[in-house]
Amino acid sequence: MKKLTQLVSVAFLAFSLPVLAQENAGLKLPEGFKANLFANNIGAARHIAITKSGVVFAKLNNSNKDGNSIVRLEDANNDGVADKINGWAKYGGTGIFVKGNNLYASSNEAIFKYELNSKDEVVNPLAPVTIVSGLIDRRQHNSKSITFDMANNIYVNIGAYSNACQEKDRMPGSQGMMPCPILDSAGGIWKFDGSKENQTYKDGKRYGTGLRNVIGLDWNTTTNQLYVAQHGRDQLNSFYPNLYSDAQNAELPAETFYEIKEGDNAGWPYIYYDPIQHRKIVSPEYGGDSKKEGSSEYKEPAVAFPAHMAPMAVLFYTGNQFPAKYKNGAFISFHGSWNRAPLPQEGFFVAFVPFKDGKATGEWEIFANGFAGTENGAKIANPSKAKARPCGLAQGPDGSIYVSDDTKGAIFKISYNK
Amino acid sequence: MNKVSKFSLLFFFLVLAQWGNAQNKINGKKIYETRCLVCHQSDGGGVPNMNPPLDGASNVNGKDIARLVKIIRNGYDERVALDGMYYNNAMAANPDLKEEAIADVLTYIRTSWSNKAGVVTTSQVKAALVKNKAAKK
Ligand code: HEC
Repeated sequence: MKKLTQLVSVAFLAFSLPVLAQENAGLKLPEGFKANLFANNIGAARHIAITKSGVVFAKLNNSNKDGNSIVRLEDANNDGVADKINGWAKYGGTGIFVKGNNLYASSNEAIFKYELNSKDEVVNPLAPVTIVSGLIDRRQHNSKSITFDMANNIYVNIGAYSNACQEKDRMPGSQGMMPCPILDSAGGIWKFDGSKENQTYKDGKRYGTGLRNVIGLDWNTTTNQLYVAQHGRDQLNSFYPNLYSDAQNAELPAETFYEIKEGDNAGWPYIYYDPIQHRKIVSPEYGGDSKKEGSSEYKEPAVAFPAHMAPMAVLFYTGNQFPAKYKNGAFISFHGSWNRAPLPQEGFFVAFVPFKDGKATGEWEIFANGFAGTENGAKIANPSKAKARPCGLAQGPDGSIYVSDDTKGAIFKISYNK
Repeated sequence: MNKVSKFSLLFFFLVLAQWGNAQNKINGKKIYETRCLVCHQSDGGGVPNMNPPLDGASNVNGKDIARLVKIIRNGYDERVALDGMYYNNAMAANPDLKEEAIADVLTYIRTSWSNKAGVVTTSQVKAALVKNKAAKK
């Protein structure tokens, strides 16, 4: 009898395993890659950061069911799945970064610093050092993503609390303000000293401007330059139905990826980038007619992606595990659109941008797809129907990459099978 | 008038009222598609963290018509929880929508998807606008 039950349970396990553990955690990947769920249901995981020993930290958009908004995940038995998970902090936010023995995390208006001990445990969870505070949070585009250069400077995105800098935000017919007053304190990337405490706007420097909302940014350590991915403006068709059809709005404007040097201006709100005409176009709120070309003073994008897909993180791949073509190229996660409605939504994947001689080639490809979890990759009408939405990206010490999801809080680990 | 004709007259008005409601809903749908769908989506499901769902929302199905009228007319941008969730986008005002159009779009969102809260009439909207104006003073 005992044998029989054993046999039955073994048979049961054999049948149920493939159902329980979907192949590659449900993701579609290029040949030779595999994926598994490193963690699941940890809460709305925005950006993630990984220490040299492989401990993962996730910043949550709001506190999870345990009341924590930063989660530490450790894979102590090294089987690819987190087995020691705990958390702390009460502030929602997006940014997280490991720099030396410090962990930096952002709320929607401030940046805090924690100290890590030799086991990559946080020494002062309840008493972080405030590095920057008082950054504008007017709800719209309020997340503060952070990255560092190779010295010790922090770059933080301060998103514009507006769609197109109209006198009345998102009101049909309301004109664009000239000059756009939002750009003094938002709509750009600010630079701060990572080692100084209690800084605010007057201590920092506006490093790049004319960026409506950046969530994904990363320092390219091979060329020593900042790269950012911008969320383009919404609602061209609803404000200007005579100039833009629903189908055109679904493709306009491009989501843009820029190499930003100090003082660069990407042109928001005055222009947007049209990926079909391959040029900058004057915004209709500033006298544009969908064709009039924008000023050459504004930055050209390094890559133009389809509209509204919402780039959430940028990760330059410096590992040795993946095939050579990935080395020093950039991964970009796309949250998935909402502004393509009434047309089906797009995105919900991680893209790869190849680099050659330190420059983006302008090409891009889908790297990991299937996060939305639809049958046979069917299109989604509403992003709330997506099972997972890619958000944070980070590289582990072994060269695997991790992708976080900010719906229920899955973390996918993607590796290459030599 | 005999009983039968009284009855048929009543029936006629009932049919007319039903037809009127259907017309209101069709007009409301048009307004929804041009002004609201982009944010609240075709299924009324909203966009997580950005725009709240209207389908199944307790306020949308609730009794406070004056609040709904105010939101449509004046827009909405407050740090409040809606059915326990916060949303980060800002809803613009619709100052050019006439009373009847506001009634139609509210009828549409209150009777579509899983919502069964019932119609909003033009006179309810007028009363709500008067009430909202008085509350402002
Ligand atoms: C630009 C995006 C946008 C558009 C367009 C828009 N809304 Fe909204 N709507 C929102 C947001 C965001 C909120 C919540 C605001 C807040 O929390 O402060 C909201 C709130 C609401 C609410 C209150 C929901 C509740 O649970 O209390 C109703 C009702 C509503 N909208 C109806 C409409 C209708 C009808 C239209 C079209 C006439 C419309 N909205 C157009 C973004 C939008």
